[in-house]
Amino acid sequence: MEHTSLRGLAELLKSGRASSRELCQDYLDRIERLNPTLNAFITVDRDRTLAEAAAADHLREQGRAGPLTGVPIAHKDIFCTEGWPTTCASRMLANFVSPYDAHVIERCKAAGLPSLGKTNMDEFAMGSSNETSYFGPVKNPWDPRAVPGGSSGGSAAAVAARLAPAATGTDTGGSIRQPAAFCGITGLKPTYGVVSRYGLVAFASSLDQGGPMAPSAEDCALLMNVIAGFDPRDSTSLERPAEDYTRLLDAPLQGLRIGLPREYFAQGLAADVARAIEAALAEFERLGARSVELSLPNSALSVPVYYVLAPAEASSNLARYDGVRYGYRTPEYADLTEMYEKTRAEGFGAEVKRRILIGTYVLSHGYYDAYYLQAQRVRRLIARDFAAAFTQCDVILGPTAPTTAFDLGAKRDDPIEMYLSDIYTIAVNLAGLPALSIPCGFGADGRPVGLQLIGDYFAEARLLNVAHQYQRATDWHTRQPPALG
Amino acid sequence: MSLSLAEVQHIAHLARIRLDQDEAVRLQAQLNDILRLIEQMQAVDTAGVEPMAHAQEVYQRLRADVVTETDQRSRFQAVAPLVEQGLYLVPRVVE
Repeated sequence: MEHTSLRGLAELLKSGRASSRELCQDYLDRIERLNPTLNAFITVDRDRTLAEAAAADHLREQGRAGPLTGVPIAHKDIFCTEGWPTTCASRMLANFVSPYDAHVIERCKAAGLPSLGKTNMDEFAMGSSNETSYFGPVKNPWDPRAVPGGSSGGSAAAVAARLAPAATGTDTGGSIRQPAAFCGITGLKPTYGVVSRYGLVAFASSLDQGGPMAPSAEDCALLMNVIAGFDPRDSTSLERPAEDYTRLLDAPLQGLRIGLPREYFAQGLAADVARAIEAALAEFERLGARSVELSLPNSALSVPVYYVLAPAEASSNLARYDGVRYGYRTPEYADLTEMYEKTRAEGFGAEVKRRILIGTYVLSHGYYDAYYLQAQRVRRLIARDFAAAFTQCDVILGPTAPTTAFDLGAKRDDPIEMYLSDIYTIAVNLAGLPALSIPCGFGADGRPVGLQLIGDYFAEARLLNVAHQYQRATDWHTRQPPALG
Repeated sequence: MSLSLAEVQHIAHLARIRLDQDEAVRLQAQLNDILRLIEQMQAVDTAGVEPMAHAQEVYQRLRADVVTETDQRSRFQAVAPLVEQGLYLVPRVVE
């Protein structure tokens, strides 16, 4: 079966030329064949998927199908899914089966999207290479020596290898956009508060946001129509009228003002990535856009600020893993403290421990003002930079990551090197803005290059429009990894 | 500011994570690297800048004072490591 767009798959189902069961069987066969190499999925459950597909087919027979009913999707293993394991790629939750569904999962189920399984990720979404997973690293479909990016690396690899037509991801500091860039797909991080965090295993609650990952911007727009929306169970979910995220897709780009922050094109950006981004900018100019040079002066501070705030929130959120109510408990202990300490020592991996310890330290007595409060103040300066920028431009354009996908193992033992690979994505989370990554070419090593577009608050439909117009004029998003077949 | 080995062990105790000596030594170096990275933001003049806790100005919503949750104790306890008669079991803490 041809691996086509979500719109194409929806047409196929609507016309009756394929059933959801057939479609799912096809993807499951491909997963069975390719996942042993890629390790993109942690959990696959053929029977469960086919039962969900049969239910979608039944809805269609009854004339109750929605726009995407029957189109399968893969879910990052950070979303709680009733009946499926939700491991968060941690030993701590290796045997956890959630008693309820995340809001995003409820929405997908209500729309009739069968789940193809749960995708691999960095443990508790802490990582940029998918190498911190308890279930082993994911391979980049474009080059098995390369990382797929992280933390939504399994979702990105699954979509790139066409093991799934689309997937969900989450983005706390770049975890949708950077793997989308490394795997040559499209990924959108919505405005903070647009997609409910209910049932999303918490990492850094003031930054976490779920979003779609798929080959094209149009696919992502269709998925946003499914997953976005108010949910009273998330205290930061925003009460806004429902939006059709596809409504601006066909708008021309004539007169679009594209902001180019000089900090995003400075030292540290690889020459081959810079070339691909500049070529894409020329394409946007052919489409009628014009560029505006501007500055985001506090950009360089985003990484240090993030490594105060995200670990601080993580140390608090991950305090719940105590071996009492759910998750792993150490087999041998003499007293309660020993039970906690051994459970957490054995249940968490190295990166998660590092972040919990940093977070515990910056929140501890005597250091709170110097670290946490100062970080929150600089966070506001970073958000103000963007507010000033959006008085001069409609969207901000730059690279998603400073390089193409790096080699497996290259940064595994150097946390700081790993952290700096998110230099262009982190500020967006701190400000709470929407941003997406689209494929725009290949580096000298033949690995994909991702282009980042950042919008003002609630400008998702505009970002998707800009990306869609680019994708109508180019074919990078249709390229598939050659070796997989 | 640089963390000593004893401070690393103290933080680990606060976080209830047991560290063996090798791990503590390795973490001491890594945590100090991270703290050096963090120091870059400490020199910034932020006098008069309000701390930003959230991207949106959100306020806690109030809901109607009605019962919305049903009793799901047995479902929630089905995923617990150790329960007995509806109670979570932990080592004795009160003699």
